[in-house]
Amino acid sequence: MASSNSLMDSLFQRSLEDLIKGIRLQLHGESSFISKSLDEIRREIKSTDLSTKSIALQKLSYLAALHGVDMSWAAFHAVEVVSSSRFEDKRIGYHAIAQSFNDQTPVLLLITNQLRKDLNSSNEYEVSLALECLSRIGTDDLARDLTSEVFTLLGSSKAFVKKKAIGVVLRVFDKYPDAVKVCFKRLVENLESSDPHILSAVVGVFCELTTKDPRSYLPLAPEFYKILVDSRNNWVLIKVLKVFAKLASIEPRLAKKVADPICEHMRRNVGKSLLFECIRTVVSSLSDQETALKLAVARIRDFLVDDDPNLRYLGLHALSIVAPKHLWAVLENREAIVKALSDEDPNVKLEALHLLMAMVNEDNVSEISRILMNYALKSDLLFCNEVIASVLLACSRNSYEIIVDFDWYVSLLGEMARIPHCQRGQEIGHQLIDIGMRVKDARRELVRISRALLIDPALLGNQFLHPILSAAAWASGEYVEFSKTSYDIAEALLQPRTSLLPPSIRAIYIHSTFKVLVFSLKAYFSAQDSTSSPLVEESTNYVSSLVNAFTYESISSLVDMIELGLCSLSGTLDVEVQERAKNVLGFTGMIKHKIIEKVTSPESVIEASRAVAFMEDVFSEELGPVSSTAQEKVPLPDGLELNENLEDLQEICGEFLKPVVDSNSNSFSSSEKISFSVAKLRISDQLEASSSSSSHPPESASLLAEHRKRHGLYYLSSQKSDDHDDSNGNNNNTLNEYPPANEILADSFNPKKKMNQSKPRPVVVKLDEGDDIKMKPDGSSNHEPLSRAIQTALMGKGKEKEREKDNPERSLDSGTKEQSLRKDKKTKKKNGEKSSKHRSRRRSDKDASAAKPVDIVDFLL
Amino acid sequence: MIGCFGRRYDMLDNIHFVLLVSRQGKVRLTKWYSPYAQKERSKVIRELSGVILNRGPKLCNFVEWRGYKVVYKRYASLYFCMCIDQEDNELEVLEIIHHYVEILDRYFGSVCELDLIFNFHKAYYILDELLIAGELQESSKKTVARIISAQDQLVEVAKEEASSISNIIAQATK
Repeated sequence: MASSNSLMDSLFQRSLEDLIKGIRLQLHGESSFISKSLDEIRREIKSTDLSTKSIALQKLSYLAALHGVDMSWAAFHAVEVVSSSRFEDKRIGYHAIAQSFNDQTPVLLLITNQLRKDLNSSNEYEVSLALECLSRIGTDDLARDLTSEVFTLLGSSKAFVKKKAIGVVLRVFDKYPDAVKVCFKRLVENLESSDPHILSAVVGVFCELTTKDPRSYLPLAPEFYKILVDSRNNWVLIKVLKVFAKLASIEPRLAKKVADPICEHMRRNVGKSLLFECIRTVVSSLSDQETALKLAVARIRDFLVDDDPNLRYLGLHALSIVAPKHLWAVLENREAIVKALSDEDPNVKLEALHLLMAMVNEDNVSEISRILMNYALKSDLLFCNEVIASVLLACSRNSYEIIVDFDWYVSLLGEMARIPHCQRGQEIGHQLIDIGMRVKDARRELVRISRALLIDPALLGNQFLHPILSAAAWASGEYVEFSKTSYDIAEALLQPRTSLLPPSIRAIYIHSTFKVLVFSLKAYFSAQDSTSSPLVEESTNYVSSLVNAFTYESISSLVDMIELGLCSLSGTLDVEVQERAKNVLGFTGMIKHKIIEKVTSPESVIEASRAVAFMEDVFSEELGPVSSTAQEKVPLPDGLELNENLEDLQEICGEFLKPVVDSNSNSFSSSEKISFSVAKLRISDQLEASSSSSSHPPESASLLAEHRKRHGLYYLSSQKSDDHDDSNGNNNNTLNEYPPANEILADSFNPKKKMNQSKPRPVVVKLDEGDDIKMKPDGSSNHEPLSRAIQTALMGKGKEKEREKDNPERSLDSGTKEQSLRKDKKTKKKNGEKSSKHRSRRRSDKDASAAKPVDIVDFLL
Repeated sequence: MIGCFGRRYDMLDNIHFVLLVSRQGKVRLTKWYSPYAQKERSKVIRELSGVILNRGPKLCNFVEWRGYKVVYKRYASLYFCMCIDQEDNELEVLEIIHHYVEILDRYFGSVCELDLIFNFHKAYYILDELLIAGELQESSKKTVARIISAQDQLVEVAKEEASSISNIIAQATK
């Protein structure tokens, strides 16, 4: 029964061609046809007839290659097919194996003997099939077991077999480093082969080997040099150049030696691929050889103006390799690079952009940015944003190292925001704030630009630009003292179209309005009683020109406008917006009343000005930039378990929603325990003002205390901080002891910059200082092993480490390989005496070069 | 998971894979020299054909892709793509592609897409003579043509034997 089935199968089996035709006929439902065919294949592949089986396998590999069908289940059948005596079957089998096997395929062990048999076959085509298969699937075991066969084939008289064997050696070495002991000598001998195909194959192998570990192949430099000078085969020369690119980077004297022949090749009229390889070798490894470099740069210039986009791209690419060491080469080709910015190929454009950014320095930054902004305006969305991102990155590098004129830069940021395709709002907004905090001198311009951005109707509708608006709103509120008229700012912040913004940004707008209001009121009051108040003096120096700007009318119209703008928001759904609006409204309600009364009752004026003075204090603390590593520097306090299960959070949240009983009574006693020192710092600054009149901070303090009492679990222990505060009371000390913000310190060492050093650390959400000091050494010692690990990783060969991560076993292998390579050379040295004349010459090279690398060059000379 | 998109430092291959894709996005040939699982293979094909088919005619023949370079060239309705490392020579790979196309042309006699569709295995065998372990191994067109036809003859002889009536009868009565 089984045999008749099999007969039916073999007589009526669909061939590969039938299958292909069948699939092509399916207009729809290709997949159902494929699954039907797969069922057929599953049946046929079990046939006892090998040719039926092999056709089934062939169809399966077709489906796997082009239609992504899984064929791992047929691994055993593939092994069966390979054992066929017919060449066609064997070929199908080996092809399927190469296509579907991997290191984990379980039947892999079964093919060792078959491979051995075929490697020893008298039919060179069967040998070639086995070699090809081995080159693709060779595992550690296969490589070990078949090394001797490969070794024999390396000496084959048939060039066809020999060159394939050479190709396979690469895989064998990689998997079974001990094979080096056996095969390396024969491989090296082939470097002097007169057959160009053999030479090409063996140079290819060395090219790949050298990429992994150049140092081991340094002794072979004379052989490679000979090929470099003598060969006229492009493929071979390209590989040899790659070898020298690696060798010359570890042996500078070699660079000097090979520069001449490489120049020779560049002067000859060679193929573009070889010419490019010469250029790349020179710019990457021989860039200290002046004549070679000049010649290479001249060739690059030809590439840049060529009609072929490939050459233009590669020319730019070569320039980008040479840019870090020899910027002149890039500067020389500036025009071509700028021209490439308008190339139709995005790859070319990007490459040109990167090069332009490499050129940027203090002197040309404004010019280059000007050019790029023009391109950004004209180009498509993708490239436009690429341009903007590059400019932002280049200008902000090392805390705005290359920027001298910050007024210009701030206005450039404003311009970027107006480019229609701009989507980099996040970064632009971030830089606006960052500059505001870091660079005092830029604040006037920053406020000017911010207002211009706020009133630009085009920006409100673009959600990518909202971060810019939020930054502009913040900056215009925070640095309102630099504005010409605060009324305009308030008007910009309150414009009706702000309703287009998301609530989180509206909240920032409202808060900035608050700051503007407080500033204006203060200016007004100081102008009113310039005789008595001591508060005026500290601020007169910068406000003096504005003090008189506020009359009774102007201040009340400002207050009116704010009230009008915000009253509609007091009923809004978003809590943050609502709350902030209500805060401001409450304040205006109080103040307005006092201002109107001012003529009748002088006390109310004093009261009002006190209240304003207090609010002013709240906002007067200047924010400084925060180091990106600041968070890491805050040590983990003892009792804090960051990974603790927060199950009871639910309960606490529930509690939180219940109305909190306001108790003013215990406010002062409990405020001493508060670990959040925000309020405290303000209080100690202006102790009198706060303690006498305003009730705000004690109230908030009492709420904090209340909260702390109930949820003590989530607070850090405050004991130490309090002790510490008590002992040295004043803020400056504690500020100094706080971990410094890295970037700012670095800035202060650089005299070139116009940067003003701002306060090292903002005072917001500061945690216990006492703990901080105690923990500091602890923290750094925690980092030590990590940094040591990173250092070792950086010092070791990056590649090796990466590989280790990927596959620890393999990297061990390569380690042993290096060793064995060296061992191999040693053994060769020992055997040298009894070997032929030819070999002893090699031995002497090797001895000499192994002992002193200098001798390579001597030999070459 | 590192497999597909992490760099494969363990492989020494020059060329990581070869893809032939038609202008309509149909895959005509795939050859993987670096280990990619079946799933990754489909993903790579989808991603790359999306990138390459959308590129205009006058652009350069290189695409940067996941830290590799893909060199492609269009011949009639077919895109020939080869994936290499950043440091490899793009122009050389273009020459290899051209070389391959010329050999196909010689073998099929002015090759067209249909030839490759119906003789897909032949296209593989020719590629295998051209590249081994992702390295160019044979730069002479004549030699490749000779080797391939010699192997074809081997197959033909065997086929004649197998399809003889006596053989089928022998099979049936086994």
